[in-house]
Amino acid sequence: MSSLPIIKGQRFHNLDYFRRRSGENYRLLPMRFIALDDTRYVVTNFAGELIVLLRETMQQLVRHELDTASPIYEELLARHFVLDDDSDVALGLLAIKYRTKQSLLANFTALFMFVVSLRCDHSCPYCQVSRQSADRHAYDMKPEVVARAIDFMFRSPSPTIKVEFQGGESLLNFGLIEQIVAEVNARNVVENREIQFVIATNLAPLTDEILTFCREHHIFLSTSLDGPKSLHNANRPRPGGDSHELVEHGIQRAREVLGHDQISALMTTTAESLSQPRAIVDEYVRLGFTSIFLRPLSPYGFAVKTGAVGRYTVDQWLDFYRETLGYIIELNTQGVPIREEYTALLLRKMLTPYPTGYVDLQSPAGIGIAGIVFNYDGDIYASDEARMLAETGDRRFRLGNLINDSYEDVILSDTLLDTLSQTMTEGVPMCVDCGFQPYCGSDPVYHHATQNDAVGFKPLSDFCRRNMEVMRQIIRLLEDDPQSAEILNTWL
Amino acid sequence: MIKLHARLSHRTDAEPFVARIVRNLQNTVDRNREILLTNQTETMVPGFRGYLMVSHTDDSSTSDSPIWPLPAELDHLAEGDVVRISPRSGEIWVMYRRASTFNSMLVTERCNSYCVMCSQPPKVANDDFLRAAYLEAIPLMSPETRELGITGGEPALLGNGLVELLNACKTHLPQTAIHILTNGRLFRDIEFCRALSSIEHPDLMLGIPLYSDISYRHDHVVQADGAFDETIRGLLNLARFQVPIEIRVVLHRDTVDRLPQLARFITRNLPFASHVALMGLEMMGFARANLPALWIDPADYQPQLRAAVEHFDRHGMSVSIYNHQLCVLDHDLWPFARKSISDWKNEYLPECDRCAVRADCGGFFASSSLRRSDHIQAIEAAASI
Repeated sequence: MSSLPIIKGQRFHNLDYFRRRSGENYRLLPMRFIALDDTRYVVTNFAGELIVLLRETMQQLVRHELDTASPIYEELLARHFVLDDDSDVALGLLAIKYRTKQSLLANFTALFMFVVSLRCDHSCPYCQVSRQSADRHAYDMKPEVVARAIDFMFRSPSPTIKVEFQGGESLLNFGLIEQIVAEVNARNVVENREIQFVIATNLAPLTDEILTFCREHHIFLSTSLDGPKSLHNANRPRPGGDSHELVEHGIQRAREVLGHDQISALMTTTAESLSQPRAIVDEYVRLGFTSIFLRPLSPYGFAVKTGAVGRYTVDQWLDFYRETLGYIIELNTQGVPIREEYTALLLRKMLTPYPTGYVDLQSPAGIGIAGIVFNYDGDIYASDEARMLAETGDRRFRLGNLINDSYEDVILSDTLLDTLSQTMTEGVPMCVDCGFQPYCGSDPVYHHATQNDAVGFKPLSDFCRRNMEVMRQIIRLLEDDPQSAEILNTWL
Repeated sequence: MIKLHARLSHRTDAEPFVARIVRNLQNTVDRNREILLTNQTETMVPGFRGYLMVSHTDDSSTSDSPIWPLPAELDHLAEGDVVRISPRSGEIWVMYRRASTFNSMLVTERCNSYCVMCSQPPKVANDDFLRAAYLEAIPLMSPETRELGITGGEPALLGNGLVELLNACKTHLPQTAIHILTNGRLFRDIEFCRALSSIEHPDLMLGIPLYSDISYRHDHVVQADGAFDETIRGLLNLARFQVPIEIRVVLHRDTVDRLPQLARFITRNLPFASHVALMGLEMMGFARANLPALWIDPADYQPQLRAAVEHFDRHGMSVSIYNHQLCVLDHDLWPFARKSISDWKNEYLPECDRCAVRADCGGFFASSSLRRSDHIQAIEAAASI
């Protein structure tokens, strides 16, 4: 650059003058790395900063042989992977970033799932719960359980509380939902929390009366949609074989009454889904959804009994994920706004300083502290998966019972605290050295269910393999495919 | 360009004073702090601190009475404006214009930085009288003032004096938003932050410049070793006391290249910032002297500007582009452009007269005649949508 003049006796200094201490004594700050492919590493730190380095650059960096005048050195400085004599604010900034990233912990439990009934009108072979036929009222939540559940919920310090009604089919016990909403709202006059109600439902029992109630109380609906009619109905049988027709009609009615964005849908991937990624996405687009969540089957509940799980491998699911994501991105380039939610939440973890509340990807694990489940019978479970496991006889993650146990008994139980402390990825064997650690989680229930150990041996963990490959795919797209990166950057 | 300083026709031996302009006698509150702006033909109403005579024909005032003809360049002076008159030096300074939305208080010309593009180069002289003058002026300003700036120099050099000024604003102008332009360096002192935040001003924002994600590059722009670290510490301290922050970036040759990286740095490390302003260069002060080194045609940094704006927008951070003409900005960036140039130094070119979007465009600094983009061009009506 051209030389700067002297003004009023004071000299302007050129860039090199201020650069004189840059690169002096460069020190490595805490970092983890993992191979992205044969030539590159993903490098991250505990605050979630990320950079992709060539193997050669990585070697130079750790041997303190990196050219400190190179552009990559400045990128490492700016992301706080290195520190030198020119500036020492990196530690303070890392601290504030780590605090931001962990900020949800301070609020403690924010999601409370009320299993209002185990009854269901569907008989899905992959059901992750263990449904009961629609006339068995013994599987409905009792009033004395409800009262204790609401007391328990308001013990949480969280300023925001999400109340999610689960089943079975939750709307088969709509009367109880009305009571719970009324009671929670009455209590909240004093509590003054920000409350969001969500009903998880297959929409089959939906009536105008229910929708009117939902509108009055700003209740959000979450439903299941597995894809086009043939696939959806094969996955989700019910008497009459009309599940798809009912859900499509329900979605339309819900939007008319509640507003377009007041309903979302989840899909479950079955072996039949694997061959039709485009048809599934097209169905979501046709029904006006702008997001889709590609969920693999969980190894719990009826899914295990019927053998629905195991009908495809994690690698088959990953192929499905990559192909579907590619198609979703292609639609975006054509101007169709639809995003894949699992990808979007990982992008937020990688590219923003903020945490996400998604239960499976937390450290400490999300069980009990991101969300907690009140079963119809008053049993308290650490997560939805924990109660699914219990329905097939394994009560390892039952934290207590609303009638018999106090809030302190449950939250300070060994079952919860031991599991949380054992499964923090910052200290779990293999996770501790993994470059994806700041974005991942430990899902103790999954590892217990599959390996009979809450920590688990990661090389045999499909959870680990699935998440590592999903993150590799996202990072590859961000690094190597500018057009896809452009789309992904709009999903934050 | 509106003049804010003028010479009076004669000097008198009296102390400087600050006063509000009164035209309509019904608006008088305290004549000892008011100047009557009047036509010479009217009967002189007694008791005012001074008199400014409009359209005078003969100079009948004596040298020791506080009666002056209104200087021609101050014909914009209006009811409710606040001026400072220095009778001995024969100067009048318009401190506040009630009708303007761009009032700011230049509280010191001293500075601890020496920015290569400074539009208001620092001076070393003691200028404590400025703080004193504004403490007198604040109670005379209209409580209906929407926004008031505090600028410098470096206002934080006033230390407790700045706290005192802010307190006066809160007392006398409780509805007025206060915007302080500071380099943030002195807020590395946590006690200073505590003192400022303890005023609990209801509508305060600190505009703090950050020029790079790399320490020495920022230090070079502000010509001060260690300034980056001090500013970052200041930002973190202010965030700790929840003082609202705006990040300001002046765009020139030394700041545009890493603008996308700076955007990334800000959203990652300073997510508490309420707003980011990306600002075109004002060709005043040091910017003039250093122009050959600093100038880059705005048309040539559109890719970096666009990348930065998109990044902020996608990360949910409010971002604005200041001091740019719409014809040099990518059309996608128009929604982020603001009419940011203070009215008293704002201009348009003859070319602008036939531009379809002139009304939405911020135009030019009066100082821009020195150097303008080669891409200034009236926008046709069809392209303006």
